[in-house]
Order: sequence, then structure tokens, then C-alpha cells
Amino acid sequence: MSATPRGSHDAHGGHGGHGGHNLTGMVIFLLSESVIFLAFFAGYAVLKVSSPIWRPEGVDGLAVREPLINTIVLVSSSFVAWFAETRLRRGQLWAFRAVWLLTMAMGTWFVIGQAIEWRELAFGLGSGVFGATFYLLTGFHGLHVITGLLLMALMLWRSFQPGNYDGGEAGVTSVSLFWHFVDVIWVVLFLLLYVWQR
Amino acid sequence: MSSTSASFDPRVLRAPHPVPGAPDNWKRFFTFNTDAKVIGIQYIALALFFLLVGGLLAMIMRGELITPPADLVDPSVYNGLYTMHGTVMLFLFLFPILNGFNNLLIPPMIGAPDMAFPRLNALAFWLFPLFGTILMVSFFVPGGPSTSGWWAYPPLSTQNPLGLFVNGQFLWILAVALSGVSSIMGAVNFVTTILRMRAPGMGWFRLPIFCWTAVAAQVIQLVGLPVLTGGAVMLLFDLSFGTSFYQPEGGGDPMLYQHFFWFYSHPAVYVMALPVFGIFSELFPVYARKPLFGYEFVAVASFGITFLSLIVWVHHMFYSGTPQWMRNLFMATTMLIAVPTGIKVFAWIATLWRGRLRLTTAMLFCLGGLINFIFAGITGVMLATVPVDIHVGNTYFVVGHFHYVIFNTLTFGVFAAIYHWFPKFTGRLMYEGLGKLHFVLTFVGSTLNFLPMHWAGLMGMPRRVASYDPEFALANVLASLGAFLLGVAMIPFLLNLVSSWARGERASANPWQAIGLEWLLPSPPPLENFEEDVPTVLNGPYGYGLNRPLVADEARYIARANASPAPTPTPASTPRRPEP
Ligand code: HEM
Ligand SMILES: [Cu+2]
Repeated sequence: MSATPRGSHDAHGGHGGHGGHNLTGMVIFLLSESVIFLAFFAGYAVLKVSSPIWRPEGVDGLAVREPLINTIVLVSSSFVAWFAETRLRRGQLWAFRAVWLLTMAMGTWFVIGQAIEWRELAFGLGSGVFGATFYLLTGFHGLHVITGLLLMALMLWRSFQPGNYDGGEAGVTSVSLFWHFVDVIWVVLFLLLYVWQR
Repeated sequence: MSSTSASFDPRVLRAPHPVPGAPDNWKRFFTFNTDAKVIGIQYIALALFFLLVGGLLAMIMRGELITPPADLVDPSVYNGLYTMHGTVMLFLFLFPILNGFNNLLIPPMIGAPDMAFPRLNALAFWLFPLFGTILMVSFFVPGGPSTSGWWAYPPLSTQNPLGLFVNGQFLWILAVALSGVSSIMGAVNFVTTILRMRAPGMGWFRLPIFCWTAVAAQVIQLVGLPVLTGGAVMLLFDLSFGTSFYQPEGGGDPMLYQHFFWFYSHPAVYVMALPVFGIFSELFPVYARKPLFGYEFVAVASFGITFLSLIVWVHHMFYSGTPQWMRNLFMATTMLIAVPTGIKVFAWIATLWRGRLRLTTAMLFCLGGLINFIFAGITGVMLATVPVDIHVGNTYFVVGHFHYVIFNTLTFGVFAAIYHWFPKFTGRLMYEGLGKLHFVLTFVGSTLNFLPMHWAGLMGMPRRVASYDPEFALANVLASLGAFLLGVAMIPFLLNLVSSWARGERASANPWQAIGLEWLLPSPPPLENFEEDVPTVLNGPYGYGLNRPLVADEARYIARANASPAPTPTPASTPRRPEP
């Protein structure tokens, strides 16, 4: 851990260009971001266990079938993203773009599925702590999914800039790491919200 | 700042961007500049402005408290004053000013040209004026600013009597949340920079303590801040969107908020304290001309503090209906934190022991800060004891305790750092006479202000009240006089800053004969510090009197730092190690 390589940068005017640390930065950020979810999970668990009034009247749980399909789509998209990365590493730019686009399509499927589920639910944000925690958790996660989609679109756009991916990952690894993170969080959320119902 | 260029500064022509000392380039401080040295000064200048704002609020409060009845301001205005005072001092003064030092010091100390993510850095800074403005605007919305204290406990903080969407509490939460976003951006940047951009040969045990404490503090930000943010989002929903996360009548739990809040806000005091521990560890060796005693222990103790600080938060909730087993547990962990902290205090004292002390202004502030910190540690351990805390919790004893840390130790350390590193980054020396006046006024003022508070608290005076029983009058008169003296103390300080920057004596590359990479650079350092010519580190820091080189080829770096074109020829710079 002593001598550290420095990313190449031009001596002057290279400001903003001390690249090569994206992945380190992303890992640190995701470690931190996972704590905010941890806080929400803890809040959810405490309220679910201790609240005298949990589900609002007339609501007796969440349907699991549709969300389960969404979950499978989202989790598989992680593998697809990883496959896209391997294409990029082999220099198959068009294959990368195609598979990357497929990842984005699966992510979009998930967001739309979530929106449909929200619209059909019988309770709202104001329906006790049950409703509030549900919308808070799924909404906050949904924001991350949308952020991930935007980042992926950015990477796709960048792949059309000539020479941009010659020097290495240039952000794709960081973005797919973010995507895996979003998926793992969803798995925990799914267990907490849909599986742990009683 | 623009009147000094009687002589011509050749660097202005050479440098692609103006050097920090260039007199006619103050404009860059108002731009989206990505240079860490500019950002550092931006942070420090704006934070000092907010120190004045927070100080003004404090003096209004002390004006109110100089007599027992509530006569100067209305009690509900008083509630707004202490809420905003605390928030300003923490979120708009101490956090930002320490980020300013991180920006100025970390890259040169590790031989990096800049931060790892310069644009993210600038973005993090520019959020600061934004949330600063949001908080200030809350003074002028109908209903006034938040009045629920800096804790913002529900149900007090979820009241919205006027029914307006944009109210003082709403703006308060928004400002605190944005400050959190900015801090996370900063933390990612600082940690990545120290992990990835150290000079060749600079292993962990050759890293200056300031950088150790910076990482330790930023890790707390990364682990703790998200919890506060999560808690604050839920508070915002309760306040503005009708949820009941914290409302018992809707099935919620107000204690949940207290846990979220203190899970971050206790460690947050160490986010502020650790960098100042770093400053002490840097400065004592310089001014005692001795190596830092137990360097490795001081370094590692930083992470001991990080870890322990994350498991003590319930000591702020001893009287909040906390079960007894939890009180006992957190009493024990809190006492444990005195161990790594004690290691550091012991190391500083051992460093001073039989050293050749040079009582510069910076050193005086360090010594004063150290003495005050020992006192604050003692009152801290008293408060950690559950039976004592049940008695004095929510009294002025607590207010005395934390002001002894936050002002009498941490702000002293901040002043010390300013006096110590000012010449490095502006190329000018500060006036020692004005500096010493500043120190004396500050020491007397802060003692008068905060020492009697302990006494008032032990007698039972509650905190956060605008009027009080006349039996507490003497302590309060003393405290108020001290507060006004602290206001006076700012005059020589500000005068010193402005006039030494404009026309102070030119500083050499190493005016304090200090050892460290930053002192191998010219004052002020060029845009990208060492650029491509990064020195190879051979030894650990603080080799005072040890006669060993810090870096390979040291003489060349020293010669270059001194030869760097200075407008007025400086007398050949002082030798680095005059001691035997
Ligand atoms: C040996 C070290 C320390 C111990 C054992 C300690 C212990 C405590 C305890 C038990 C309290 C709660 C008192 C109460 O609310 O009734 C407290 C309050 C506080 N301490 Fe410390 N402390 C220590 C060091 C520090 C440091 C280094 C800082 C700041 C950097 C600090 C800042 C504060 C603040 C801000 C509060 C009050 C917060 C509030 O109620 O508004 N303390 N301390
Ligand atoms: Cu604490």
C-alpha cells in the first residue's frame, strides 16, 4: 500500500481530468448509500414489529405474483449487464451496445411494473405507517433505478464518441456496479415487504 | 486586496491560471473553480462569514440572558435564535471550514496535484452557499425560522401552525439535507484522494496525522450521515406530506427519530473533533521541535475513535425513556471512547514535554485548546455516567460541556490552523502582535463565557430558556460579558486576515521550519503543487531533530521552493533544521 500509481493527466489545463479513480469513488459512494437503505430497513422493521396499528383497515397484505415477475426481470438484468461488460472488454462495441440496451429495457420494464402496481394499490402514502413505509421504500429504490437507467444511457451515448472507450472501462464498470447495487437492495426490499408479511 | 502590486509578479504571466497569491485575481473565488486551493479558501472565507452570523445570534441570546426576565426578545423568538445559532455554527461554520482545510492541505501533504474529482469538489462547495442561503431565508418566511432546536425532535418539529408548505422547519430540513449531500460528495472525494493519490513511498505509516484524521472523520460521514438523511426525509414527510412515521397517534414512534438523529449527530462531533486532533498533532511537533510522541498510536487511535463514536449515541437519550439495560450498555461504550482520546492527549503532552516551545500565535491557540479539551473530557465522562446525566441532562452543564469542546477546543484549533498555514497559501505572514491579542481576548472571553455555565447547570438552570430564576444571575452575567468579549476578539482577527493578505510581509517557503511535503512547495504553491515532479517519500513525518531527509533529493526541492520567483526578493529562506 505504498507507492500508488497516478492516473495519467496532462500537466496543465488537465483540471477535471485526473481520471482513473471512478471505480474507487463509486465503491465508496455505494458503501455509504447502502447505509441510508439500512436506516430505512431498520425504521421499517421497528415500526412493523412495534406499531400498535400496522395495516390500515381493509388492507390485508400485498399481492406477490406481479412483483415477483418484476423481481426476476430486475435481478436477471444484472447478469445481462455483466455480459455487456465482457463484450466491451473484448472490444465488441456493437455487441456491448446491444446487450447494454437490453439491460436498460429490463430496467425500464421494472419501473413500469412498479408504476402499475402503485396505481392499483388500495392504500396511499397517508394510510398509516404501513402505507408510508411501503411508498417510502419502493419510491426511494425506484429513484435509484431511474438514476441507474440515466447513467446507463449516458454510457451508451459515450460509446458513440470516437476513441472514448479505447483506454479502458471509462465509467461502464462503475455504472454496472451501481446497477448490481440497486438489484441487491431490491432483493432485500422484496424479502422485507412481500415475503415478511405476517 | 488589489493595491499591492507595486512590484511585478512574474508568475502571473507564467501560470496558466492565476496563483492564489496574485493580488488582482480575487474574482476567481466567485467562479466555479475546480482548483482545490481556491475551493479551500472559498470554504474558509464563507465559513468565517457564517461564524460572524452565528456569533451575532449568540450575542443577541446573551443579551437576553444578562437579566433574568425575558425582556430583550420574545421567548418564541429566543427559541428560533438558539435553533439557528446551533445549526449555523455546526453546518455552516465548523463542517465547512474543516472541509476548507481538507481541500487546502490534503493534496499538498500527500504530493497530489489536486483532489481525485475536481468537478465534484467544486459542486460540493457550491451547494454550501445554496443551503446557507436557504437557511438564512428561513428567517424571513411567515412564522419565522425553525424553533425546535438543532435536534429537531418530533412532535415539536412536525408542528405547522400556519399550514404553509414552505415554512421555517421545512427550509431547515432542506438545508440540512443539502448539507448532507455536499458532505457525502466531499467524503467520497477526500477518501479517494488519500487512498489513491499518495506520493511514491508514502505508506500509511508515513502519512501525516492530519490525513489520518481526515480519513477517520470522513468514514464517519460516510457511515453516519446517510442515517440522518434517512431520518430527515421521514421527518419531512411527516411535516409536509401527512405521514406519521414519528407520530404515535398514527402508529409511529418518536424515539425512532431520536435514534436516527443521534446515530449521526454524536459521531458528527468527532467529524469535527478528529481533524482538529490532526491539527494539534501537526502543530505541536513543529513548535516544540520534537517528533510526535507515539505517532503510530496516535494514527491508529483515530480509527478507534471512529469505531467507538458509532456505538455511543444513546448517551444523548438517557433521560428519553430509555430502558436501563440500554443506558448501562451505552454508558460503558461512552466511557471507552475516553481511551483512544486519552492516548492522543497523552501523546501531545509527551511531545511538549521538555520541548523547546516557540509560543507563536498558532502554538498559543493549540496549547489553550489542549487545556480546554482536558477539562471538556472530564465533564464528558461525568455526563456519560447515567446518574449524573439524569441530574444535569438538559441543563447548562451540558451547554458548558459541549461549548468547551466545540468552541474552546475545536474553534481554537481552527484558529491555530489559520495562523499556521496562512503564509503557505497566501504567501504572506500574519501579524503576530494582532494574533496574540486575538488569542488573549479569545481565551479570556471563552473562559468567562463557558466556565460559569457548568456552575449554573449544577445549580439546576435548564437550557433553552429565555428567562430564569434570579439565583442564576451571576453566572449568566459573567457568561454574557464573556460572549461580548468574544465578539470583540473577532476584530483583531479579521483585521489581521484582511490586512496581512493585502500587505503582510512576504512569507518564505517554510517560515516555521516545519517538516512536511507542503513545506517543500513555494508559498503559495503553484497550481498543481508538485505537478509531475512528485518527491519520493523516504521517512515518516515529524523528524524534528532527527536529521533525516523526508524525501529523496530533498535539497533540490527546498532550493526550488525558495527560488520560485517571488515579487520582492525574500532573504534566502530560513534553514529547515537549525536544531542539533
Ligand atoms: C471523552 C469524551 C466525551 C465524552 C465522554 C462525552 C460525553 C457526552 C455526553 C454523555 C453527553 C450528553 C449529555 C446530555 O445530553 O445530557 C454529551 C453531550 C455533548 N457532547 Fe460530549 N463527550 C465527549 C467529548 C465530546 C467531543 C469531542 C465533542 C465535540 C466535538 C462533544 C460534543 C458534545 C455535544 C455537542 C453535546 C451536546 C449535544 C446537545 O445536547 O445539544 N463531546 N457529551
Ligand atoms: Cu455524544
